[in-house]
Amino acid sequence: MTEPVVDMRGISVEFPGVKALQEVDFRLFPGEVHALMGENGAGKSTLIKALTGVHPLAAGEIRYAGESVSFGGPAQAQAAGISTVYQEVNLCVNLTVAENILLGREPRKFGRIDGKAMRARAAELLARIGLHIDPGSVLESHPIAVQQLVAIARAVAVDARVLVLDEPTSSLDADEVAELFRIIRVLRDEGVAVLFVSHFLEQVYEISDRMTVLRNGRLVGEYATATFSRIDLVSAMLGREMGVLEEIERRSGTPGDPLLVAEGLGRKGSVAPFDLEIRSGEVVGLAGLLGSGRTEVARLLFGADKADSGRVLVDGKPVHLRGPRSAIEVGVAFCSEDRKAEGVVADLTVRDNLILAMQAARGWARPVPRKLADELVAKYMEMLDIRPANPEAIVGNLSGGNQQKVLLARWLVTEPKLLILDEPTRGIDVGAKAQIQKLVADLATEGMAVLFISAELEEVVRIADRVVVMRDRQKVAELDGEVGVDDVMALIAGGGDVNEIEAVAS
Amino acid sequence: MKNRLLWPVLALVALLVLNVVVTPSFFSLRLQDGHLYGSVIDILRNGAPTLLIALGMTLVIATRGIDLSVGAVAAIAGAVTCTYIASGGDPWIGMGIALLLCAVLGLWNGFLVSVLGIQPIIATLVLMTAGRGIAMLITEGQIITVDSPTYREVGAGFLVLPIAILISLAVLGLVALVTRRTALGLLIESVGVNPSASRLAGVKSRTIIWTVYVFAAVCAGIAGLMISSNVSAADANSAGLWIEMDAILAVVIGGTSLAGGRYSLTGTLLGALIIQTLTTTVYTVGIAPEITLVFKAIVVIAVCLMQAPIRIRVRQGVPA
Repeated sequence: MTEPVVDMRGISVEFPGVKALQEVDFRLFPGEVHALMGENGAGKSTLIKALTGVHPLAAGEIRYAGESVSFGGPAQAQAAGISTVYQEVNLCVNLTVAENILLGREPRKFGRIDGKAMRARAAELLARIGLHIDPGSVLESHPIAVQQLVAIARAVAVDARVLVLDEPTSSLDADEVAELFRIIRVLRDEGVAVLFVSHFLEQVYEISDRMTVLRNGRLVGEYATATFSRIDLVSAMLGREMGVLEEIERRSGTPGDPLLVAEGLGRKGSVAPFDLEIRSGEVVGLAGLLGSGRTEVARLLFGADKADSGRVLVDGKPVHLRGPRSAIEVGVAFCSEDRKAEGVVADLTVRDNLILAMQAARGWARPVPRKLADELVAKYMEMLDIRPANPEAIVGNLSGGNQQKVLLARWLVTEPKLLILDEPTRGIDVGAKAQIQKLVADLATEGMAVLFISAELEEVVRIADRVVVMRDRQKVAELDGEVGVDDVMALIAGGGDVNEIEAVAS
Repeated sequence: MKNRLLWPVLALVALLVLNVVVTPSFFSLRLQDGHLYGSVIDILRNGAPTLLIALGMTLVIATRGIDLSVGAVAAIAGAVTCTYIASGGDPWIGMGIALLLCAVLGLWNGFLVSVLGIQPIIATLVLMTAGRGIAMLITEGQIITVDSPTYREVGAGFLVLPIAILISLAVLGLVALVTRRTALGLLIESVGVNPSASRLAGVKSRTIIWTVYVFAAVCAGIAGLMISSNVSAADANSAGLWIEMDAILAVVIGGTSLAGGRYSLTGTLLGALIIQTLTTTVYTVGIAPEITLVFKAIVVIAVCLMQAPIRIRVRQGVPA
């Protein structure tokens, strides 16, 4: 192989009280897709941010294109040819697509921004990555997946020699991932070095040539993807015996009485009227593509959006869902898929976040007693293995997986009867994922009803007693008993005769 | 939190030292007829209305809001009370009516912000402009002077210390107690940091937002009573003029972010003291009246720069 375009040697990064990276070596060659692997908190993001100059180095050297460099920040790194697309979309949703793509490098005419030229240039760049949307439309009007692709269009708009993709696929569906990979291959063949971070092992094996594994801020090793088996990879990442994921078998317990029944529930422009029954002690999976209406179903059941048809019965009694509070009152809890915007309260401590729902239910005049709060925090920190185990830590500083656990704990504290989880395992590492899946199974065994939404079919199928399939904002099927991934896949893809496969819950 | 309050404390100390250097007798107090007199007491007394309004403002700002109407509300409170007393009414009832009206005005602000969803700066701008007009209507465009010893006590009276100071400190203590002993503080911060997440967690954001605007208006009302009582007159035009700016400054200097979220009542107290000390310093140091505002601006900028996020980030380092 040729000379590496990026060569990081003995990199150490320290934060107050934490050694985030310790003597990590990392090499990136031109024309390769390199996967950076590791659990949450392993130091993947930190390594990327050390490269792009966000974090200062405590030790080590970065060589870029053969020269020793030290960037002052992402802007400098980008100017030098290192473009980064972060996990969460970092764009201005109130601006147009074209303005976002060319922000900071708008074409000018007589000193003023040339809107027409800008839209034309943006259209060109969008065409290059095969995204057909109006460059003049406001970014906010597009789903998150499209916003993510716009972010990638923005990153490739400069002539990048290194493209860093930090979990670019976590909000994309299968087609969009395929599209993204096509783009990545095009760029790779042009000689761009692509650094790819993802929690989806299949994607990593599909796209990457080599991988570097980190664990707890240290380098585990650098491997060629073709000769490195998945089991080896996972054990390198976890550093412990494999088998956690296999342990969670779908339970075949006996579900209790119907807890929540939705009859003809629907909302115009959001999801067509559907019927749904969830029993105590049962995990119902909700599968479908992004935008199929799976999140909308959850929001209707929780009262986050108001239904304009149908009704909901809880324990046999009709409930008028005026808002989240009325759902919470009857024992329904909901973890949103958008952890950052609708989940955690980033500036508050773990303790405050954990007791927030309970406190909201009690009203401001009856604070949760300090002793009770401490007990609850200690209990759930241990049960969910929240790290760091410091109740006073600011939630915004925690890793994605730990934020998700805090969010889960917030609802478990209220002891709900029905727990609605929208993509609870998205963007979090294998270890945390297994912990959350196991928790869901345990909760159901103890009698809680769970509605589990996930883009990962294998996960849904493994964990759920029943799978409800959504397509084009409609409920198309309900599968009972032994459900295979292929069955669900066929339903999601559509085309086949739905009624043939449809099975009604007993 | 301690780190955040470091610079305001230093700024206050610097101002005080400057005063002592110029006027060695700055800290001297004397007791006369059971009343405490001295420069420091003057600062506290003159700063009492600003502190009160800043306390209300702190909670509003913590919910991501802002209340520009407090100055106008203060003028209305004075106008109502003085008009009532001038027409032969009991001062206590007059003040009661005034504060009740202020609470209603707070409800109006809260309604615009939390129910109609109008941006706070616009919603309260309505009352900021209209409020002076309302005060004018009440006083019929006149400066109403009253001669009520009872009413005069509020702004100019003494109970060893000036009563205005005692009222402001009592409100400070009360707010600290209520927000930190109950869950109000947590819920206010939660709504300020992330309104959607708070709604999904079941927080009654609407009630919280409504509460803080009513509280801010009542604080403004009490401050208005102090201002008007101090001169035994109601001036619809100039009572509490620009006091909303001083209050917002006090909050910001105290380290509460205009973006909402974590707030500091101690910080606001410090902020209010700094602003009032600054005003006094300008006179004692003998700065030419033409440039007082410029001098004030320089000090404010200095304090704000000291706690700018970029400095804090450099000092603490930001984990991933």
